[in-house]
Amino acid sequence: MNSYLDYTVGADLADTSAPGGPIEQRWDQRRFEARLVNPANRRGRTVIVVGTGLAGGAAGATLAEQGYHVVQFCFQDSPRRAHSIAAQGGINAAKNYRNDGDSVRRLFYDTVKGGDFRSRESNVHRLAQISVEIIDQCVAQGVPFAREYGGLLDTRSFGGVQVSRTFYARGQTGQQLLLGAYQALSRQIAAGGVEMHARTEMLDLVVIDGRARGIVARDLVTGRISTHLADAVVLATGGYGNVFYLSTNAKNSNTTAIWRAHRRGAHFANPCFTQIHPTCIPRSGDHQSKLTLMSESLRNDGRIWVPSAPGDTRAPADIPEAERDYYLERTYPAFGNLVPRDIASRAAKTVCDEGRGVGPGGQGVYLDFADAIQRLGRAAVEAKYGNLFEMYQRITAEDPYRVPMRIYPAIHYTMGGLWVDYDLQTTLPGLFAIGEANFSDHGANRLGASALMQGLADGYFVLPATLNDYLARLPSAPVAADHPEIAQVEREVTERLAALLAVNGDRTPDSFHRELGELLWDHCGMARSDAGLRKALARIPQLREEFWRRIKVPGTGEELNQSLEKANRLVDHLELAELMCLDALHRTESCGGHFRTESRTADGEAARRDEEFSYAAAWEFAGPGSPPVLHREQLVFDHVQPTQRSYA
Amino acid sequence: MAVSGVVMLLYLVFHMLGNLKVFFGPGDLNGYAAWLRTVGEPFLRYGWFLWIARCALTAAVVVHGVAAYQLSRRDLRARPQKYAHQRQRATYATRTMRWGGVILALFIVWHILDLTTLTVNPHAEPGHPYQNIVASFSTWYGGGIYCVAMLALGLHVRHGFWSAAQTLGANNPRRDRTLKVCANALALVLTVGFLSVPVGVMIGVVR
Amino acid sequence: MNLTLRIWRQAGPDAPGALTRYQVSGISPEMSFLEMLDTLNEELILAGDQPIAFDHDCREGICGACGMVINGQAHGPERTTTCQLHMRHFRDGDTIDVEPWRAAAFPVVKDLVVDRSAFDRIIGSGGYITAPTGSAPEAHATPVPKEAADLAFEHAECIGCGACVAACPNGSAMLFTAAKVVHLNVLPQGAPERSSRVRSMVATMDDEGFGGCTNTGECATACPKGIPLSGISMLNREFLRGAGR
Repeated sequence: MNSYLDYTVGADLADTSAPGGPIEQRWDQRRFEARLVNPANRRGRTVIVVGTGLAGGAAGATLAEQGYHVVQFCFQDSPRRAHSIAAQGGINAAKNYRNDGDSVRRLFYDTVKGGDFRSRESNVHRLAQISVEIIDQCVAQGVPFAREYGGLLDTRSFGGVQVSRTFYARGQTGQQLLLGAYQALSRQIAAGGVEMHARTEMLDLVVIDGRARGIVARDLVTGRISTHLADAVVLATGGYGNVFYLSTNAKNSNTTAIWRAHRRGAHFANPCFTQIHPTCIPRSGDHQSKLTLMSESLRNDGRIWVPSAPGDTRAPADIPEAERDYYLERTYPAFGNLVPRDIASRAAKTVCDEGRGVGPGGQGVYLDFADAIQRLGRAAVEAKYGNLFEMYQRITAEDPYRVPMRIYPAIHYTMGGLWVDYDLQTTLPGLFAIGEANFSDHGANRLGASALMQGLADGYFVLPATLNDYLARLPSAPVAADHPEIAQVEREVTERLAALLAVNGDRTPDSFHRELGELLWDHCGMARSDAGLRKALARIPQLREEFWRRIKVPGTGEELNQSLEKANRLVDHLELAELMCLDALHRTESCGGHFRTESRTADGEAARRDEEFSYAAAWEFAGPGSPPVLHREQLVFDHVQPTQRSYA
Repeated sequence: MAVSGVVMLLYLVFHMLGNLKVFFGPGDLNGYAAWLRTVGEPFLRYGWFLWIARCALTAAVVVHGVAAYQLSRRDLRARPQKYAHQRQRATYATRTMRWGGVILALFIVWHILDLTTLTVNPHAEPGHPYQNIVASFSTWYGGGIYCVAMLALGLHVRHGFWSAAQTLGANNPRRDRTLKVCANALALVLTVGFLSVPVGVMIGVVR
Repeated sequence: MNLTLRIWRQAGPDAPGALTRYQVSGISPEMSFLEMLDTLNEELILAGDQPIAFDHDCREGICGACGMVINGQAHGPERTTTCQLHMRHFRDGDTIDVEPWRAAAFPVVKDLVVDRSAFDRIIGSGGYITAPTGSAPEAHATPVPKEAADLAFEHAECIGCGACVAACPNGSAMLFTAAKVVHLNVLPQGAPERSSRVRSMVATMDDEGFGGCTNTGECATACPKGIPLSGISMLNREFLRGAGR
């Protein structure tokens, strides 16, 4: 069979940068221990930040405020367009403004539990502590959070948590937080603290003497390949959900930066931990280019059902009550339609697999507001969900006040990413990963409204403190621009692009990407099985081989060439996909977003296996096509006792 | 533009109200015209008030015109390449500000030659504006030019008043509707008020 | 659906451009406008032609990347972004003209892609509140009246797509600038920099080559996020107020 499956196991990995002692004091302790760079010397130290989302934008602005010389990159035409902007719901913080029993400790607990006990306690506790400062920071920047008539901040509850700790700005919290970070970054760009390169994509990492010292990037307008050198490199390039082609990610979000870093020596942790969001608008046909999320809040009042009989093609109104299956209410009477994301998603897949799905291709379930409208009145429903209904109607041309909505799960977030220690440094010295690009805080499942919190915590507060320590310890030794390694990496990048242009085959990048996405969705999506994963692992190398034989990229590399951009990103997706499947195959337990059909409880629910898998799987790249090396970081739970989740 | 526009608008309101005296006969109107020359006496000498007003108005017209020219130049530069698919959307009043303004400027010249300097007036008797007005509006071209210009004026004021309020920062989301209604009302009152004189002459109410 | 498209093709910033005619068939009414272009691009690639370059990213109407003038209207016939415009708003057999944003301050990069970095420079010149990380007071230290918060939010919704500039017959960026000035100036946190912010942003806007405002209202009509036209008036008020100090 595939030799790629014969991975080897290396030495366990330990997070050596987190101080010991009481968990509440670790972050203070770490900041105290961290060395500082003399403010006068900071101007001479250069930091590269790739990405301008919540994590990258916040980090770039903060590092420049501290006096460092920041060189920042984004592939979008403006740093304001990073995909953090699309986050809808809100941001968690343990402010306890409601006096409803919230605390740092509770947020910490909820996040570890929500992550199905696959995250690192020290990191999550720090995240909960910092959450409080984030709200202060954003309010000071002018982020227009929702307020009550008294002028104080409003909060709402989210994702099944029992306290009201989610701060929000209507359904555009991500946009408003990102604009806050973008404005702070823009101020630094104008002041000369940040050298901004928009429409410039990182294509590889430069490692010299075992340290990350720069990146090779392509100017997307002119096609020029250039190397940028620095004392440290920070990747804030987001998640890799687009490996599935159809996801709620932005079209151009990609894995290239972290995958190239992985190939240069950074370990990739838990790649199979992907989150599937249950309430997305189903695909309408083969032309579908991306999926749109509908806020989870809809499940508060909508009832989810499918026809009881397979193959029932009647209009929903013609199906009598007795022939409808409200399957979530039936299976999980205690939580009903409000079960967590992973459970709701899997249940939808199950009924669709039974042939009871609705809409085109049978890939959808009804989310019905008829009862809510009858109970509360149309006006009340409109006041609560009007903008979502309008969005749904714009996309589907169906009126959800009269016809039940159709929803289906979609890939939304990736918990996996580059392995980082407490300092957010990867296994490659000088290379840091922040935000969704790292694996740090969400374990096997992320709670709603926690991604924004983590991105900003990393960018505003954690990285600027820990990076200081790294730079203070690193002797300032500039790399010569003619270092042979630079020419070597540049040559590899140029050759890769040239190879893509040279194939001149008969298939477009999108056609390959679609095929890869379908393969992963089928075998490494909501439910994963040994047989399915092996099938995918056999197919991916074939697909890769076919890609290099049949890809067609028109134009040249010396111009704006969006086909070349797509094809080049796909090269990395095709490699990452294999590692995802291998990781999913090796983890023969179900936990969070990772559901192995073989690992279930007697009543069919996900069964975690702590004795074997209470670790983060950090994979080391061992050469193209070679089986990777697994390093385990054993997870220790001193403050939260792992329990089996139950929602029945 | 906004400030000079508002100055001219204020003037127009008084001018229009003064014009309506034509309906009370030659005595009233000619007396009013004579009074305009004695306003401010003895602080001002005879005719000074009128000349001050004329200077202020000339300044306003010049400022308005120069600003319009500069703004137009800048706006044309900002869109060097036109859309191939042209599509008009703004109201007629908004679209015609530029050329409507030019028409009004030409009209002002004609109006002064007609009723101030009397150069082109068929009656041309200084000190007898009532008779001059009737004579001018009795000709097809005198009445015609005036009516066209007043319609242009109405359109110009309709957008201009609201636009001036917008430029001077008087608008906000709650006030927007009220301001638009005011602009329409003002434009209508001015147009009807001014048009009533030539129409009165034409239908024989004013002789 | 079968459609005739006339799309602006331009190889580079200095290359001449022209509307080029394409026929597309088998377009489903469920497709978004960008998915229709995707379909055309797939055909162009396989035929060995260069696909049409256009900016896009989130495809859910929030990132502000996409934008094209469709039949003379910025973002097309619906009041939304191009990515959220669906083909059901067109009829079989239609001819659709697609052009890039046209403004001196937005030079064409390629085909339908324009350079909107002037917007970033306007923000950089004052569209922020100076609050270095770590310096923030407790969030509840300054209550913000709900009315001010809502007004700020209404203007903060701007996605920076540039439709206002594209739709304005004068290529003016007043609505964009106003959106940020109003957002920040009505909040107590933005008060200390109130005057310098508006002066500096307006100066940058003028330097970037945007046209002047003649209050035609086209910007607000085209704005996919419904930024109100009265925001421009509030910008003017802030400017007049700021000019005096």
